[in-house]
Amino acid sequence: MADLRSNFVGIKSPNPFWLASAPPTDKEYNVVRAFKAGWGGVVWKTLGEDPPVVNSSSRYGAIHYGPDRMIGFNNIELISDRPLEINLREIKQVKRDWPDRAMVVSLMVPCEETSWKSILARVEETGADAVELNFGCPHGMSERGMGSAVGQVPEYVEMVARWCKAHTRMPVLVKLTPNVTSILGPARAAAAGGADGVSLINTINSITGVDLDEMAPQPTVDGKGTHGGYCGPAVKPIALHMVAEIARDPKTRGLPISGIGGIATWRDAAEFMALGAGTVQVCTAAMHYGFKIVDDMIDGLSNWMDEKGYASLDQLVGRAVPNVTDWQYLNLNYKIVARIDPELCITCGLCHIACEDTAHQAIAALKNEGKRRYEVIDAECVGCNLCMHVCPVPGCITMMKYGESEPYLNWTQHPANPMRKAAE
Amino acid sequence: MSRKMTTGPAPDIAAGRLPAEAYLANFEADAKEPLDVSQAVVEASRCYFCYDAPCIEACPTGIDIPNFIRKIQTGNLKGSATTILEQNIFGGACARVCPTEVLCERACVRNLAEDKPVAIGLLQRYATDFLFERGIQPFQRAPRTGKRIAVVGGGPAGLSCAHRLAMLGHDVTVFEARPKLGGLNEYGIAAYKVPQDFAQTEVEFVLSIGGIEARTGVALGRDMSLAQLRQDFDAVFLGIGLAGVNALQAEGEGLQGVIDAVAYIAELRQAKDKARLPVGRRVVVIGGGNTAIDIAVQTKRLGAEDVTIVYRRGPEHMGATWHEQEFAQVNGVKIKHWARPVRVIGENGRATQAEFEYTALDAGGRLVGTNSGFVIPADQVFKAIGQTFIADPVLAGAAEPLEIRNGRILVDQARATSLPGVYAGGDCVSGVDLTVAAVEDGKIAAHSIDRFLRGLQAAA
Ligand SMILES: Cc1cc2nc3c(=O)[nH]c(=O)nc-3n(C[C@H](O)[C@H](O)[C@H](O)COP(=O)(O)OP(=O)(O)OC[C@H]3O[C@@H](n4cnc5c(N)ncnc54)[C@H](O)[C@@H]3O)c2cc1C
Ligand SMILES: Cc1cc2nc3c(=O)[nH]c(=O)nc-3n(C[C@H](O)[C@H](O)[C@H](O)COP(=O)(O)O)c2cc1C
Ligand code: SF4
Repeated sequence: MADLRSNFVGIKSPNPFWLASAPPTDKEYNVVRAFKAGWGGVVWKTLGEDPPVVNSSSRYGAIHYGPDRMIGFNNIELISDRPLEINLREIKQVKRDWPDRAMVVSLMVPCEETSWKSILARVEETGADAVELNFGCPHGMSERGMGSAVGQVPEYVEMVARWCKAHTRMPVLVKLTPNVTSILGPARAAAAGGADGVSLINTINSITGVDLDEMAPQPTVDGKGTHGGYCGPAVKPIALHMVAEIARDPKTRGLPISGIGGIATWRDAAEFMALGAGTVQVCTAAMHYGFKIVDDMIDGLSNWMDEKGYASLDQLVGRAVPNVTDWQYLNLNYKIVARIDPELCITCGLCHIACEDTAHQAIAALKNEGKRRYEVIDAECVGCNLCMHVCPVPGCITMMKYGESEPYLNWTQHPANPMRKAAE
Repeated sequence: MSRKMTTGPAPDIAAGRLPAEAYLANFEADAKEPLDVSQAVVEASRCYFCYDAPCIEACPTGIDIPNFIRKIQTGNLKGSATTILEQNIFGGACARVCPTEVLCERACVRNLAEDKPVAIGLLQRYATDFLFERGIQPFQRAPRTGKRIAVVGGGPAGLSCAHRLAMLGHDVTVFEARPKLGGLNEYGIAAYKVPQDFAQTEVEFVLSIGGIEARTGVALGRDMSLAQLRQDFDAVFLGIGLAGVNALQAEGEGLQGVIDAVAYIAELRQAKDKARLPVGRRVVVIGGGNTAIDIAVQTKRLGAEDVTIVYRRGPEHMGATWHEQEFAQVNGVKIKHWARPVRVIGENGRATQAEFEYTALDAGGRLVGTNSGFVIPADQVFKAIGQTFIADPVLAGAAEPLEIRNGRILVDQARATSLPGVYAGGDCVSGVDLTVAAVEDGKIAAHSIDRFLRGLQAAA
């Protein structure tokens, strides 16, 4: 049995699965249920200064795609709307009752050193394991000079991180907003400010849809709507990219990462970890299915690690990072072509029309004694994978290595590149 | 060929009615095709992962169905199978033999919206097959307790109990009267539900946890007594099933060709070459339960030309589910309702016809004869009118007799009998006679025995 115990910047948890700061971690009741279900830790719903914020009614929007519900999810909620004192009391109690679980407290206060200093002292008093600085919320709080308004300015990120490091002995995580052109700016700033690690991603600015009768964006509050934070399975690719960028950047390499964004299964978690995340955080999937999903996450990750021979998390974390590279270093002599398995083919013709109309006219539509048949024309196929992705039958179209193996040749070496480095 | 009609048709019972390949198709192929990967993924994605799901409640063993299905979705097949087997160690057999249409699948919330439940049984098979194909035993034994338990009967009830006891750290000896373990999984269930020797594959899987010694060919009441077992072991579990069958109580029952369906199925299940089994050209089956369906379909599949089930009440009263009735009909079996046997007519001591009387319900709702009826030509008449518990083996030579009530061993919620340290479950106690129910009884009894033994330990 693989060892799933995690020690992330000194924060210990029995497994790497944490609940992200959000409604599932809003209060003692939820968090205790989560721990009973097996979650390794939580990042408590973001705390701010009193008086607490006020939330709207009608808060969430969602993207449903075909039979699948909530592949994308959006919210216009703010930070905790409960008094600070109550939150702190509950945090202290839960940590005392569940000492083996990670208890991280998310914070968002005005961009002034005294504000941070005073709230840190109060959190420290609860016995929590760490704090996470919420520089991510894209709505509501940013208008008040907090959340992503801070996270989008690397200088502020660095400054606040430094204050916090100076005023607490607890590990400090900085939660990054994806609403930036490059995640490296804020990530490097967090590292420069002395943060122990980064958590990402927070939610993405979005409008999930428009109510065409009310002519207002969704979710609609009394006839009006506003942009909210997008999350759920749809954002996973964006989050994975940002995690990978931080994991391989020379200035941030080795900076501990808590991966967040669209994680719903053990497989999603394994992908984040392979790209360098030491722990993962989940929000939408828990909000969709309840806390029980962690059972498969734990069990599935452990079974998969056994199968692959990874004995502990450190053997997995970052394992795919060396294989993330820049486009210019990809081997341009590597050739693959599509193969259609005639046994599996149900002759829907989608591969043909995708290639014919929008790609390289490399799939012939044939009729053999009145039977439809599709065949790849190897010489025309550029190996783009489009047909494989549109094919509704798993495993029917696969990509195969094509031709003699020629030596590795990347763009910097390629004859077609006018800026090519002169060969010695 | 002409036969003398004056004395009525002579019995036509013969083996090898079909070409050799037909037997393979009829008995060695699955009645329900297993799912392939893509079908399994699509089917699994139909599950909503309901909270406190009704299907869990409808499963007698309480398998966490949404959880195992989610694990199929995520590709965690070992985890999926483990989720199934931790509640029901015969999850493989149950996936094949459970009448899911009246259990988990009837409870599926999809029925409310679209009348098409998630195919839970097939998904359960998909996950458990994965584990069996790899020979993985996902459970480990707890530290040895040094306690020894006798399990009498190697059917689903007995083996479920034995596995759980072994898991809890106890040492188990299983006493089984037959040459093979498995109970009705091996000797009773229709062949096409568990083809390819699945019952023995599963028995080996169950035993592979260790700590279970199996002694076959040893019968309680013949080779030892309950009193002796109670002396030699720390606790006893009785899972001896039903050894008797109901009598027809109709004239002609003693004729050759009037056969107990369960005994015939046992023979059929053990026959390596099904072509050697003699079967009538015209078969009549009396009864309305699953055994009736099973004998009817299997004789049809052995090559009988006409197979008729005659049941004394209506289709809705049959013990066989709608699904089973339909399955029989698709296999070419005719079902006649509202008629009861009057006599079997024979010639030279061999059955040739069966006579029935139409029945109806009287004003008081009682079943009554109508004095009119019909005669069907029958080379074989199968009795499938229910099994009975025979208490002799458990009572033999007992100073303190085990309490029997309503014809079965009396047990409480914990599956404890009237004798301290003696537990029972499966068909030999009251309740529904299904594999899954027997497995649950065995599991509950194992935990009760464990508590009983640890309690004694604490007292000592
Ligand atoms: C023809 C038929 C078809 C069926 N089909 C289905 C089906 O499709 N689905 C379903 O869910 N259920 C089905 N059932 C019911 C199901 O098989 C039983 O409910 C289940 O097998 C009961 O398990 P058990 O362990 O209590 O008894 P059994 O399976 O009968 O096992 C009892 C064991 O005890 C042994 N034994 C008996 N006496 C002694 C003794 N004195 N000493 C030692 N050993 C002894 C027997 O040899 C046997 O191995 C069917 C039953 C029959 C008869
Ligand atoms: C309703 C809702 C409220 C959230 N509130 C907070 C918050 O208070 N603080 C915070 O750091 N992130 C908050 N988030 C963002 C999540 O913590 C997480 O970063 C994001 O949802 C991506 O993860 P997911 O795809 O698993 O949902 C919130 C998300 C949702 C859906
Ligand atoms: S989940 Fe539904 S019932 Fe619960 S607060 Fe939200 S809208 Fe109300």
